Amino acid sequence: MKKWEQTTIKLTALATIAMTLAGCSTAKSSTSQGNNPGKTIKIGVNMELSGSAAGYGNQEKQGIQLAVNQINKNGGIKVGSTKKKIQLVIRDNKTANTTAASVAAQLVNNDKVVAVVGPAATNAGTASIPNMTKAAVPSVSPSATDPGYTLQKGGTVQPYIFRACYQNNFQGSSAAKFVTKTLKAKRVAILTDNSSDYGTGLTKAFKQAYTGTVASSQTFQEGDKDFNAILTSLKHKKVDAIYAPGYYSELGLIIKQARQAGINVPIIGSDGMADAKLAKIAGNHNATNVYYTTPFSTKSGATNPTAANFLKAFQAKYQTTAPTFSALAYDSVYMIKAAIENEKSANSVKIADGLAKLKNFKGVTGTITMNKKHNPEKSIVVEKLTQGIVKQTYNVQ
Amino acid sequence: MQTIGQQLINGLSLGSIYALLALGYTMVYGIIKLINFAHGDIYMLGAFWGYYVINVLHVNFIVALLSAMVFCALVGVVIEAIAYRPLRHSPRITALITAIGVSFLLENGMSYLFTANTRNFPQVIKTVTWHFAGMRISNIQVLILVTACLLMLILELIIKKTKMGKAMRAVSVDPTAAQLVGINLNHTISFTFALGSAMAGAAGVLIGLYYNSIDPLMGMTPGIKAFVAAVIGGIGSVPGASLGGFIIGLLETAVQAIGLSAYKDAVVYVVLIVILLVLPAGIFGKNVKEKV
Repeated sequence: MKKWEQTTIKLTALATIAMTLAGCSTAKSSTSQGNNPGKTIKIGVNMELSGSAAGYGNQEKQGIQLAVNQINKNGGIKVGSTKKKIQLVIRDNKTANTTAASVAAQLVNNDKVVAVVGPAATNAGTASIPNMTKAAVPSVSPSATDPGYTLQKGGTVQPYIFRACYQNNFQGSSAAKFVTKTLKAKRVAILTDNSSDYGTGLTKAFKQAYTGTVASSQTFQEGDKDFNAILTSLKHKKVDAIYAPGYYSELGLIIKQARQAGINVPIIGSDGMADAKLAKIAGNHNATNVYYTTPFSTKSGATNPTAANFLKAFQAKYQTTAPTFSALAYDSVYMIKAAIENEKSANSVKIADGLAKLKNFKGVTGTITMNKKHNPEKSIVVEKLTQGIVKQTYNVQ
Repeated sequence: MQTIGQQLINGLSLGSIYALLALGYTMVYGIIKLINFAHGDIYMLGAFWGYYVINVLHVNFIVALLSAMVFCALVGVVIEAIAYRPLRHSPRITALITAIGVSFLLENGMSYLFTANTRNFPQVIKTVTWHFAGMRISNIQVLILVTACLLMLILELIIKKTKMGKAMRAVSVDPTAAQLVGINLNHTISFTFALGSAMAGAAGVLIGLYYNSIDPLMGMTPGIKAFVAAVIGGIGSVPGASLGGFIIGLLETAVQAIGLSAYKDAVVYVVLIVILLVLPAGIFGKNVKEKV
């Protein structure tokens, strides 16, 4: 099986190179910088719509489509004195790095988009950076959390790469502070999703910031369903809490199996858990004493009018509570809109300038200011689940 | 001691699922020498079938389990008739590649039709956890173990005691000779696919109930693990597949229990390599000498 996979990857890589080269030759012969809009503003979506990350990718697509529908309904984006509508070009990168790179080339060279939303994952995002940079078109990833994603090898910032989510160091260290100060946990066990940069990055940041004892550090893979063996071995380690950064599909099962095994200590996770499906998979009675760090709280509607509107519109359109990934993707589109309006131009280079200068942008996931490393600065909250429902939120200093 | 007992329970419930899946691999291989890589995906289809009949038709667990077995048996027969039968006289590699193609078709087709989102399986049986001697065992774990063992027993009886089973054994020894004595090759092969796929369908519903989470890619890793189990037990041997399944389940649990969770898949594949080097025919496999 592996052998076939490798062969397929090799073939895809070759095809990608061929396609990228073909793209280069037909692309730009003039030296004018970046892509310009036509009658409409074309925004590309380079997203994981099939493959292993398709669950998250499709949620982000929903957020993007909701945002674009709203903007077009209100007449479009104001560019100088005229208003232009958005035209979405949605392409599937199949959760494959090579496909993500070729999708990026197609979007910027053939479709002539002026900005891209996506990809969802750091790996696919990093693979598409060279093509984005070459074409001078900015991309905003809703959920690429690796600290290095927006940076070049030397540490200088990637000029056309932005994100709407936290980077791992911030989120991991916030979780460590919360565990130490609020939960007063002296011994923790860590369960990491080591099949993604997201999980390993958060664990690294957590370990650096946590001052107590890490009694046990175990890993699991995306798609795993059985955690009984790991949990049984944790049971006698006398831990005060479990830190488990990962996504809701696995975390739901970990919570369920931990509670069934009689482990009732707090379980702390990250924003990949912030989804109504978590409690459904774990079972409501099991999803108690569960915490996670998140930028966006379904409770934040009370204090944040943008979030309240978003939650209402999302519920009306898709008949379900909005997940974090949709909220981040929704913000990504509005960040591009704000950048165009501030710069009074929809030229792709100008949009990148606008995104870099973004300040006090009122988003669903908080008030965002873009810092020098193209990371959004926004507050972080910890939500607590009791019986599967968010009963309490904490602020982390 | 308690921990060891608990881990044994964990390992056995995991192993019984691998065993059910491994049976399908081993039977199909035994009869037409094809590694049916789409087998793991039939298990996924079984889980989705269970999800829909329970959610939409509100049937109870037994009906869901049996109807999933019938449904998967049909799917297995249809896949064999469409994808593998026309290739019966082609080189083995052609059929193998087709199997991989069918696997991709099922995975991505289901992602396309029903989205790749993880779904929570309806909990038709309420989980009850029993405590004894400091160990915990849930009614679902018992159900999985009992159902799996029962199904394996029935399968063994079908193969050993019925006329169709005799025909299956005959075809696996020598298809041409079997035809000469009047055995219908196509019927026998279809029957084998139906049996193997029914086992996978049952495993799918059991897993859905146990873990409460199903998605279109859920068959990939268990499928490969079950294949390893079949090879360890001796591919082509039915009791070998059952034993191999339990060995893999216990091995994975043991590796995680001693704190090496990062290597649990690696250990399974290392064992596969060792078995292939030391005991190429597997534990129960017969080493057939070819006369020159």
